Parts: sequence; C-alpha cells; structure tokens
Amino acid sequence: MESTPAGEAVEVSREALTFARSLAAEGGGVPVDAVLVGEPSAELAATLAAYGVRRVHALTGEAFASYAGAAWAAGVQDARETSVVVMAAGTPRGNEVMAHVAAREGVAMAANVLSFSGLSPFVVTRQVVGGAALEEMRLADRPAVFTVAGHAVEAAPADVPGSAEVVVRAPAVAEADLVARVVSSEEPEPDLSGTLKSARVVVGAGRGAGSAEGFAELVELTELLGGSLGVSRVVTSLGWRPHHEQVGQTGSRISPELYIPCGISGAIQHWAGCSTAKSILAINTDPEAPMVTKATYAVIGDLHEVVPAINAEIRRRHR
Amino acid sequence: MKVLVCVKRVVDSSSEVVLTDDAQAVDGRYAGFTMSAHEECAVELAVQVAAATGGSATVLTLGDADAVEQLRAALAVGCTEAVHVLADSSTYGPADVAREIAAVAGDFDLVLLGNDAADSGDFQVGIRLAYELGRPVVNGVTNVSVADGIVTASGAGTDGHETYRVPLPAVVTVLEGGVEPRYPTVPGRMKAKKVPIEERSPVASPVGPSRVRLLLPPPAPSNVQVLGKGADAAPAVVDLFEQLGVLSR
Ligand SMILES: Cc1cc2nc3c(=O)[nH]c(=O)nc-3n(C[C@H](O)[C@H](O)[C@H](O)COP(=O)(O)OP(=O)(O)OC[C@H]3O[C@@H](n4cnc5c(N)ncnc54)[C@H](O)[C@@H]3O)c2cc1C
Repeated sequence: MESTPAGEAVEVSREALTFARSLAAEGGGVPVDAVLVGEPSAELAATLAAYGVRRVHALTGEAFASYAGAAWAAGVQDARETSVVVMAAGTPRGNEVMAHVAAREGVAMAANVLSFSGLSPFVVTRQVVGGAALEEMRLADRPAVFTVAGHAVEAAPADVPGSAEVVVRAPAVAEADLVARVVSSEEPEPDLSGTLKSARVVVGAGRGAGSAEGFAELVELTELLGGSLGVSRVVTSLGWRPHHEQVGQTGSRISPELYIPCGISGAIQHWAGCSTAKSILAINTDPEAPMVTKATYAVIGDLHEVVPAINAEIRRRHR
Repeated sequence: MKVLVCVKRVVDSSSEVVLTDDAQAVDGRYAGFTMSAHEECAVELAVQVAAATGGSATVLTLGDADAVEQLRAALAVGCTEAVHVLADSSTYGPADVAREIAAVAGDFDLVLLGNDAADSGDFQVGIRLAYELGRPVVNGVTNVSVADGIVTASGAGTDGHETYRVPLPAVVTVLEGGVEPRYPTVPGRMKAKKVPIEERSPVASPVGPSRVRLLLPPPAPSNVQVLGKGADAAPAVVDLFEQLGVLSR
C-alpha cells in the first residue's frame, strides 16, 4: 500500500486492493490483508476497511525510517505469514519491492498485470513492450508475486467492508538489507511542464516539423488558441525543443479538451501520454499513421501548409 | 575500477508490433533491433564512471549471434571490452539471465543494468543479480558517480530527488533521462569493429520464462473524421475549434 504525504491511499493502491479483492473472491473468499510502512492515519484505516481489508500490517521502527527496497521486502515477508499471493501497485516502488520479495522467496514475478484468468493454474495477463503487446504468464509458485498495472481495474470499495484491524510490527531487518537506502531526498526540481499538463488545448509537434526553425507556425497556432506546445521524443532528442515539453511515457501525460498532434506518428510511447485527451485532431501527411487512425478528427497534409492556413483563417475570423 | 554494463537486444517497438507465428516473441524482421533506452543511458554512465576512475567499462549481453550488434554499438561509444554469453535469450527468464550475469560479474566493482527491458518489462534482473552476488542494489536512478569506494546514485523518487550512497561492489539499475547517450563517431565505430569479443557458454540450462503466449491488444476501432486535405481544410478546422469552444469568438 502506498499513501500520499497527507496519509491518503493513492489511487493505484486502491486499484490494487480492488484487484486483490476479486482474486480473493475467486479463491473462495480468502481474506485480504494490507502491508504499509508506518502506522495508518484514521482516514487511511477507514479507506482500507472500506476496501475490504481484514488486517493492516504496519511496519514501524528504525529499519523503515527511510526507503530501502530490500528492508521493505523483508518487512513484507514478515507480514505475509501464510498469504499465498503478494501483490502491489505497479509503481516504481511497487515493482522494486515486489522484485525483491520474488528474489528472496525464489519465485517468479509478473510486473504490470491487467487481469487474471483462473487460479489453477494461476495465469495472469500483463503489459509488455511498453503496452504494445500483452503476455499471458503462469504464476505457479507460492507465493504468487505480481504488480498491478495502473488503470487495470477501476478502484471501488467493497460491498462488505473489512475490519482493518491494525497490527503494528517492527521486524528485525538484517544489516545487509539496509545498505542501499535513501540517504537524502530533496524537493523535486521545479516542474516546468505544469502549464502543459493543465492546458485546455495542446498543439503537438513531431519529426514532421522538420527542424528547430520549423516550429514558428506551430508556436503561432498555440498562441492563437491560448494553449501549450507539446512535442514527441524525436523533437527533444534532436534538441529542437526542451525536454519539459515532451509528451508520452517518458514525458508528461496530458488530458486536454483538444490535442492537435502535427507530424507525430503516434508511437505507443507517445500515445501513452495523450490517450486521455477528450478529442484529438491529427495533422499528418500519412493517412495510415497510427495517430491519424486513433484520432477523432484529421487533416491529411503537410503541416507547413495546413498550419499557416489555419492560422490565417483564425486571424481572418477573429481579427 | 572495473565497470560491467549489461545490455539486451530488443525489437525496436516504436513502429508496429508483429508477433512470431508461435506467439512466443515479437517479430523483429521488419522493425529492426536496438538496445533498450534505459541501457543506452547505463552504457553512457558506465563509460563516464570508467573515465572518472581511470578504470574500464565492459559490456555484456546474453543473446544469439546477432546480439553482437548491440555489443559493437556499446564499444563504439566507449566501452573497451565485451562479453557475449551465446544463448537464445527468448528461452531465458529473468532469474536465468541474472544467474548468467552473476557468473561473469564477480570480477567487477560496479554492475550497471537498465531498470527494465523495453520488450519483457520484467523489472527484476538487476535485483535478482544483486541477490545472486550478495551485493547491495540501487534501482531506477538517472545519475551515478563513484569516489573513494562509494557509489552515489540518485534519481526522481516518490519523495522528490532521492540519493543513495552504497559501498562497492554494488549493482545499480538505470532509468533513461539523466544523461544524454553519446553518438558513435566514425573512429569509434572503426575501433569497435576490431575489439575481440569474449564468447562464453551459459553456465546452467535455463528454467525459462513463465510465458504462456503473447497477444496483441485488440486494435481500437478507427472513428476518425477526416476534415479535409491540405490547406483547404483550414475553414473546417476553425469551424471545429469554434464548435469545441477552444477559440473564443
Ligand atoms: C522506452 C521508450 C520511451 C519513449 N518515450 C517517448 C515519449 O515519452 N514520447 C514520445 O513522443 N516518444 C517516446 N518514445 C519514442 C517513440 O517510440 C517514437 O520514436 C516517437 O514518438 C516518434 O516521434 P515522431 O512521431 O515525432 O516521429 P516519427 O515516428 O518519425 O513520425 C513522424 C510523423 O510525421 C509525419 N510527417 C512527416 N513530415 C510531415 C509533414 N511535413 N507534415 C505532416 N506530417 C508529417 C509522418 O507521416 C509521421 O507520421 C519512446 C521510445 C522508447 C523506446
């Protein structure tokens, strides 16, 4: 379980609890326990109860004061007692701690699971190739260890709430498991992508812009619409625009009213950052580009002809 | 100081993904192959750490004969030695790969890997390797430096920018984004061609991945409404802007 600094359960953890509950129901109504680092706030305990958690194992003590993947995994092992399934949300921490658990238990682990199909054999379907393909994977070992991909299920409280009885634990942790721990954490760098993430309209530009100079008309369209400019990774790798403008798996995730990707092919890694836009207007020379086929609207053509014509039309009507 | 960096030959997944007939792998015949993005950064960091400590950077891969291409790519950007564990990587699960790397890594002070491979996305080879070797492991960092037998590694964490300081020998997995991998120069490529590559056989037979099969997600139905071609589409586009209310009249 992961929670925010304010002590609320993060959404992906609530999704993982929902997933765990359906798995427990399939397994004949076995109980669901949660493990977390630190003692839960009253609010968090209430959420865990609402999500059907029977018992909360709260890991406390010096060993858990700062993050150490191996120590946290040792804490999970201590708390799991007889549990035959150990799972977490597919966050960086979730994947890391579960990989430690799997390595320590000598069992397989499946990252980013979307669903399960049957318990014997226990088979899960997970995302691979950055989401472009799925893998069916057998998890025959005990415990079965996996992480749940974001949005695999919708977070929903249980019909019958649990008791969320809190058990405080301070397991002994081996010195070796504390060697790799966070020694300092600083405020994150100022986030320059803020306006991009909150913009109502985002004009996107990819390799089709052609060069750093090829952005003039795109910037003008962005200004005419009072929006933000977002770019593909090719554009940042080539140094045409700064990284904080990148949209995608390794850039920002945006959900504007309208996204206007110009000269962007729509590779899965880019799509990961813009798929939740309300509508998409693709401008591309290639009618078969994935971005065009996935878009709501499209204009087929050279962006260096289409975009200036749009700008001129806006200026004509809105002078 | 001796640095080992592990890379994997993967299908370039930026274009359409096609599966092999037996649905056990992604078919790379049309897409081409590359090294995972995280590993390009791990290679860059390995070369930087080797230079800063007056040491060496060795690149390792487990893969079939064609994976030599990824070893040469790493040699072209500054690695000076290469180890090729010749095996069909598709029959290797993450625990198998970790065991094979461990058989080589014992001589090295620092082992760098990508946080996760672009194809299998397992998130665990580095961690399993650390347990095989009985060494500390730091995950998902974007900066790595070494001084006085201590590796300092940092990256964006849950609570802001997080720093770890771990004594050598250690294992570190790298995420893309902290360093700009350098491009190979022509002399770099020429030199890379001449480096002898140490070929090894696997030390154990693989247990295999727990894969049943791969599937492609169903393609989303296309509902795109084409507003027109070229500059002539401009009036229809501006009509749309007005209709969506993204342009104030
Ligand atoms: C681990 C990993 C993470 C990644 N993360 C990201 C990420 O966060 N964000 C991201 O964007 N990518 C990411 N990528 C890269 C991604 O796979 C693609 O390579 C990239 O998105 C392609 O950028 P593009 O669409 O601009 O270029 P291309 O794929 O080259 O497409 C250019 C498009 O422009 C069209 N075009 C060309 N000229 C014109 C013109 N004059 N007018 C109109 N259209 C034109 C072409 O028809 C084509 O569709 C990642 C890749 C990996 C492996």
